[in-house]
Amino acid sequence: MYPEDFNQSKIPAPPRWLDTLLGWFVAPHLREEVLGDIHERYYRRAQRLGQQKARRTYWREVLAYLRPSMIKRKPNQYRKPLFSDMLRNYLKIAFRNLVKNKAYSFINIAGLATGMAVAMLIGLWIWDELSYNKYHQHYNRIAQVMQHMTFNTEKDTWASIPIPVGDELRKSYGQYFERVVLASHTGEHILAAREQKLTTSGKYMEPAVTELLSLNMLKGTRAGLTDPNSIILSESLAKSLFGADNPMGKFVKMDNKLDVKVTGVYEDLPYNTNLKSVAFMAPWALFVSSEGWVKAAQEEPQWNNNSWQIFVQLAPRADFEQVSALIKDVKLNHLKPEEAKDKPELFLQPMRKWHLYSEFQNGVNTGGGIQFVWLFGITGAFILLLACINFMNLSTARSEKRAKEVGIRKAVGSVRSQLISQFFSESLLVVSIAFLLSIGLVLLMLPFFNEVADKKLSMLWTNPVFWLMGLSFVLLTGFLAGSYPALYLSAFQPVKVLKGTFRMGRLAALPRKVLVVVQFTVSVALIIGTIVVYRQIEHAKDRPVGYVRQGLITVPIITPELRDHYEVLRNDLLQSGAVAQVGASVGEPTQVYSANGDFEWEGKDPGFKDMFGTIGVTHDFGKTVGWQFVQGRDFSREYATDSTGIVLNETAVKYMGLKDPVGKTVRWPRANKSWQIVGVIKDMVMASPFEPVYPTFFLLGYDSPNTITVRLAPQLSTSESLDRISPIFKKYNPAVPFEYKFVDDEYASKFGQEERISKLASFFAILAIFISCLGLFGLASFVAEQRTKEIGVRKVLGASVANLWQLLSKDFVVLVLISLVIASPIAYYLLSNWLENYSYRTDIPWWVFAVAGSGAVLITLLTVSFQALKAALIDPVKSLRTE
Amino acid sequence: MRRSDLGEFEEVVLLAVAVLSPTAYSVVIAEELEQETGQTVSTGAVHAALQRLEQKGYLTSHLGEATPERGGRRKRLFTVTALGGRVLNEVRSVRNRLWERITPQTTLKWS
Repeated sequence: MYPEDFNQSKIPAPPRWLDTLLGWFVAPHLREEVLGDIHERYYRRAQRLGQQKARRTYWREVLAYLRPSMIKRKPNQYRKPLFSDMLRNYLKIAFRNLVKNKAYSFINIAGLATGMAVAMLIGLWIWDELSYNKYHQHYNRIAQVMQHMTFNTEKDTWASIPIPVGDELRKSYGQYFERVVLASHTGEHILAAREQKLTTSGKYMEPAVTELLSLNMLKGTRAGLTDPNSIILSESLAKSLFGADNPMGKFVKMDNKLDVKVTGVYEDLPYNTNLKSVAFMAPWALFVSSEGWVKAAQEEPQWNNNSWQIFVQLAPRADFEQVSALIKDVKLNHLKPEEAKDKPELFLQPMRKWHLYSEFQNGVNTGGGIQFVWLFGITGAFILLLACINFMNLSTARSEKRAKEVGIRKAVGSVRSQLISQFFSESLLVVSIAFLLSIGLVLLMLPFFNEVADKKLSMLWTNPVFWLMGLSFVLLTGFLAGSYPALYLSAFQPVKVLKGTFRMGRLAALPRKVLVVVQFTVSVALIIGTIVVYRQIEHAKDRPVGYVRQGLITVPIITPELRDHYEVLRNDLLQSGAVAQVGASVGEPTQVYSANGDFEWEGKDPGFKDMFGTIGVTHDFGKTVGWQFVQGRDFSREYATDSTGIVLNETAVKYMGLKDPVGKTVRWPRANKSWQIVGVIKDMVMASPFEPVYPTFFLLGYDSPNTITVRLAPQLSTSESLDRISPIFKKYNPAVPFEYKFVDDEYASKFGQEERISKLASFFAILAIFISCLGLFGLASFVAEQRTKEIGVRKVLGASVANLWQLLSKDFVVLVLISLVIASPIAYYLLSNWLENYSYRTDIPWWVFAVAGSGAVLITLLTVSFQALKAALIDPVKSLRTE
Repeated sequence: MRRSDLGEFEEVVLLAVAVLSPTAYSVVIAEELEQETGQTVSTGAVHAALQRLEQKGYLTSHLGEATPERGGRRKRLFTVTALGGRVLNEVRSVRNRLWERITPQTTLKWS
């Protein structure tokens, strides 16, 4: 019907790109017939209707093929092999390469695994910090009511709130709150059941707290605290009080006076919650009915007694800012004008800020733990970066040796994309091995890390985020480290490579050098940081504390018995021979327990808003701790007038601007009292050793002390003394287990955070140096190997071993010196900022930089010299014979 | 064997295969149909219909020889199976029976 004898060559071919497009869409098994069909159609049309028209209809023909039946692929009739010969070959070559260069592989994998493990640990730590308190279901709606108060133009921030605020919030602002819960501060109480007697910390709280904190009740219901004589226990406390028995309905004696019934057991709050230490909760109503002062505060009501906490859960639509602004003046409006001078401002501190944003400065939330999250996050990222740099440097350095392999593969028929995928899969393989290794390392290090960081971290095996991060890191590092050999080497011309005329450019080593400088900058900065942090801690530790910490223990007075029998107890203790001196005080010697203002003295500027630490002590407290007098004398039982005596510390004298303080009078109109100054002591460091000493008054007082301080007799061993003391305390206070704290331990714990930083900083510094040196070692051996011939020739021409050593080491030392120059100002800047946080701080002397620098150079030399000397000592005959 | 198995376009394509047998493939079928109906018919549509008919068992196919106007590609040639023939026959007899029952007057009115 149609002429078959047309001449195809006269007609131009249809547009190629449409064919290509069609080739993508149409299933492979149909491609031949489909393309054949439309081409044939095209040529026929072109012959019949002209080329123009055929072209115009061509795309319609193409479009007509875009239908599912054409696109759908025919299932492959052969298995798709997971291990094809080529893949197996890649793997085999990769493994052979790893095994052949054992040292390199070890450095590569170990370095990367260490870096990954550290990053993982830090990641876990940050995860834990960020998930603080998230255990509570209403995490995003809970807040604590807090207040700013202004003393001397400086705003202080407190979590303690007067009781009536709670009712006021419920009554006048009820629509903004789902729940308002009054609570006592977490306090130590003695719980006794059957034979067991335990000192545990807990809170009195209003019944709604169980809902607010969404406690997971293992036994009983969340209504457990509605009965005023009930108690709910944490799981672990229930276990230690009742063992395996069912505690429900059993009675517990609280503080040796209250009988309460167990009405619930809740799952322990996890370690990363602020309320983790609350082991039991008792009803608020019980607190009110059993403690007169609380009852008075609630019934009066006392708007100026800040002794309690309030937790709230916001109503669904309210937000923290808005409600904070609304309740700002709630307390102020209820105060009498003379009480209102502190200008209290209430506000809400949301639960999500409790842990990481806990610090306030002059009424502004300045952060807190979040700084460490950033600090460690950045350090972790740097360590990881160091490890990656190593990995990249070594694998690029090594890859140049494989130019010949590339040449051969290409000659045999590899195309570039195959070589690229080979090198990528190789680096992915190595990174994956390192990843597995790092998981093992993390498992090993986790217990140690938990101890140092005071955490209970565990692997997030079931967390998809963890795996996602791990996987993306493996891919990213594998990609970055593999990209150089993959993209650069695969572009080689096989002829040049195989003929041996191929030379690496001079600039090929430049990125490597830059990376080494980066590594050592980080390492040197970390070394400097470690030294400075350590110096700061030592500086504060060496600070004169003004009393003798050693051999001093404190015993808390929890029940009134010890206070009532104080004198006899003291006598018995002194007679036991185990004790050198006994005193009592309000608060431990390592804290300034209470502070007051509005004192008056001769020459006081009327506008001066004063604030003093006020510590009630017995006559013997000073002798017990060993305070030292600058002027005047200690309290003495011989002078009856000493009951209105007062002892000041040096700072207080300076603060008040007194000259010749002894004998002068301090008045306190608030309580209509006055005291005569009997003595001035050298400053005792009672609060933070990093802060200036607080101006402090010591007053005689026998009715308020809550701590007994005992100086153990020096001639007996500590354990022997304690054995003798313990029965005496038990005699006067049978309901309470004898518990004591060593003052020097307490003092040392003030350095806890700083020591933690120091430990971690040195840990990181060592790791950074280790990783950097691993890399350097690898690079040095690579360079030495590359220059084998050069070294041989030089030796033949008369170079000495020292010459050669110098030749090989010089480059690296120069790099380290450059990084020292970069690191010093950065470290100086960051560390001076850090030291600004401390009033009592050390300086950063020049020798710190010198030590860090020479240390880095020394380590570099040690690392490099091994390879350099090895290369320099090789018999030139051997190295020159190799070809 | 249900009647609804055969769409209208499929029926026409099947008939065209029978007409052009034994050298029926999508290009010639499409052109044949274009000529007969006067409408543009794309090889894609024809190809899809051929696939469906083959799946139903009314057609078989094999790859033919390569020709230069196809750029050296082979074509897929289709032949009607016995089943396809039976279906065509049946469709035809149904139509014929119906045609025969139309009274001449009615036919006259249309023309």
